Amino acid sequence: MHEKHLMICGATGCLSSGSHLVEEALIEELEKHGIKDKYRLVMGGCPGFCEVGPIIVVYPDEVFYCRLKPKDMAELVEKHLIGGEIVERLLYKGPDVDAPARFYDTIPFYAKQKFNVLRNSGIIDPESIDEYIMRGGYRAFTRALDLDPPAICEEVKQAGLRGRGGAGFSTGLKWEFTNKAPGSKKYVVCNADEGDPGAFMDRSILEGDPHAILEGMLICGRAIGANEGYIYCRAEYPLAIKRLKLAIEKAEAYGLLGENILGYGFNFKINIKEGAGAFVCGEETALLASIEGKRGMPRPRPPFPAQSGLFGKPTTINNVETLANIPLIVREGGADDFVKVGTEGSKGTKVFALAGKIRNTGLCEVPMGITIKEIIYDVGGGIKSGREFKAVQAGGPSGGCIPNELIDLPIDYDSLNQAGAIMGSGGLVVMDERTCMVDLARYFLSFTQKESCGKCTPCREGTKRMLEILNRISEGYGEPKDLETLDSLAISIKDSSLCGLGQTCPNPVLSTIRYFRKEYEEHIDEHFCRAGVCKELFNYRIDEEKCTGCTACVKACPTDAIRGEKKEPHEIIQELCTRCGSCVEKCRQECIMITPLGSEADVSN
Amino acid sequence: MSIAIETEEAVTEEIDLSKVDALIEPYIGKKEMIIPALQKVQDHFGYLPRSAVEQVSKRMRTPLSRLYGVATFYAQFKMKPRGRYIIRVCKGTACHIQGSPKIAERIEDILGLESGETTDDLRFTLEEVACIGACALAPVIMINDDPHGRLTPDKIKDILDSYQ
Repeated sequence: MHEKHLMICGATGCLSSGSHLVEEALIEELEKHGIKDKYRLVMGGCPGFCEVGPIIVVYPDEVFYCRLKPKDMAELVEKHLIGGEIVERLLYKGPDVDAPARFYDTIPFYAKQKFNVLRNSGIIDPESIDEYIMRGGYRAFTRALDLDPPAICEEVKQAGLRGRGGAGFSTGLKWEFTNKAPGSKKYVVCNADEGDPGAFMDRSILEGDPHAILEGMLICGRAIGANEGYIYCRAEYPLAIKRLKLAIEKAEAYGLLGENILGYGFNFKINIKEGAGAFVCGEETALLASIEGKRGMPRPRPPFPAQSGLFGKPTTINNVETLANIPLIVREGGADDFVKVGTEGSKGTKVFALAGKIRNTGLCEVPMGITIKEIIYDVGGGIKSGREFKAVQAGGPSGGCIPNELIDLPIDYDSLNQAGAIMGSGGLVVMDERTCMVDLARYFLSFTQKESCGKCTPCREGTKRMLEILNRISEGYGEPKDLETLDSLAISIKDSSLCGLGQTCPNPVLSTIRYFRKEYEEHIDEHFCRAGVCKELFNYRIDEEKCTGCTACVKACPTDAIRGEKKEPHEIIQELCTRCGSCVEKCRQECIMITPLGSEADVSN
Repeated sequence: MSIAIETEEAVTEEIDLSKVDALIEPYIGKKEMIIPALQKVQDHFGYLPRSAVEQVSKRMRTPLSRLYGVATFYAQFKMKPRGRYIIRVCKGTACHIQGSPKIAERIEDILGLESGETTDDLRFTLEEVACIGACALAPVIMINDDPHGRLTPDKIKDILDSYQ
């Protein structure tokens, strides 16, 4: 038996902050004291709080250590593991807590979260099937084996689960369609082609709790009458793929996958397909084409995959997070518990990836119906650097932005749609006053334009034309009628594109025009980008009253465009300035202002 | 008629095709396994040399046009040799609003490359990637498997110098 368990976050976020080095140092310290065998070290799933990584949680004490460095390990081992005393220095500290916080219940980031989908992430060893089973894993599947397949579909329907991948279609209904479709060969497909820039919850689930996905697929297979499943996973997620492969091997060894599972005469096998890098493959018909070894291009629906999907057979396609919810619903009494959380039309929880100019970046799982304000200020800890909150982009390149005025909007499928955004996969990118909304729209459109597969004309040509207009506006050549043209192009693309990519890609443009029209007009009429992003449309100027003459900006400037004596106010030579922003990063007095071209006025406030 | 795909094999040594058959052996006869077969070949060579794709075409009894149709559709497949170090600049939303364009610009300036290009000495290849999922550390670049996060343009030179 181990005295304590130490869970080290081994997800991509913490690895990038050096958690593998922390692990090495920890092992070294334990070996030095000859006590390595007394502790169980797990490079496990993600506790979500990437901002303060690398993270170690010590069980059973439930102590959450964060922002760790390899050199902290000596103290952690000597003081906590040997001495039994908590190392206060390494606990969570922040502007949102009065005293160093010990664990989930006292850290504000976790206070409003509810763990359904992330129930095991960071708690179990993702490479151990036994730990998954000990936490109640595969119990829902064994229950499903005793149920009639239509009864399983009915339970999922009753739970009100809606697809977590984007459109929010009823999962139970989808299963029912496939169950009723004629044919003896059917497929379950797990869409793990998480392509939305700014969303990484599916990867975190796959890396932290792979068996939950296998269990979800097995239950789905039982419900729709399929005996084969595919997981289509991005090749950019090597750790997720490795853990899935391992999970499949273990499940096969335990007789939970394969022939005649647990003696019920039910056969099921799962294959993994690695994607090859095409955003459009997140669209279900394109994804199926890709599994079949073709170019990943969508096709018109109907027929829907439930009638004619993979290799022409009835197929259910569910997203990773959707499948991770299934074991919770199908277990004894699960559906009744599930509906207790959420709103009328959106049940359960949703995992969001918080990123951008927010203090607490990371993953959070919150009940549906929580307001944007609660997510940003309570969970997210507010805006980094204390600037003003401007908007949040929900749903990635297919979604839209939600401005400050709508900050009390509850997050569920229907309210987001009404506001011109979508739930999408759940990326929330927070923006402050230094984010230019024209540039944001241009960024998303350049992404979708590149990723458009080119099959249908509205998407292929329309996005290109829209992008040209946006490029022009951000370079200072916008024309008054541009907004009208953008609007009409956007509407035709939405109405006439073949697949979800084209139908949703104008959303970022439409929603930024809807909520930030003034900013577009400023770009077009006054040639001014007040956020200081569109390089042709502003000047940096030094506020002489605030400048202390510290020369930090002079040293940072790559083009020697800043002049001034030490302790005297500096000046920027506009002819030499390339507006690279290096000086702004270095200036501690915040005295570098964003001003309109050719003007001396201070408009940075 | 030959397909007009530039493969630039002139700059590389002769392509040793002896391993190709073994690599794609498990996929022979399975048309739906074209993508895994090409992935295996690319893992071996670092890109898809024309002669290797021809070999796959013969062994898998699939027209070359179809193989190139698939290979050019997906961003993962490369038709030209790549550098020892692949720099992937994350162009995800979080990285974009935290300044990834400035990071990319600095790398381009230092190496004299545009995205998709390789230095003449095959040291670096510069690529863009939609999102590597380390949004908390934005802006991020990956050099081979090493992520570098919370970057500012002035950190770039030292990072590049550490990859020789």
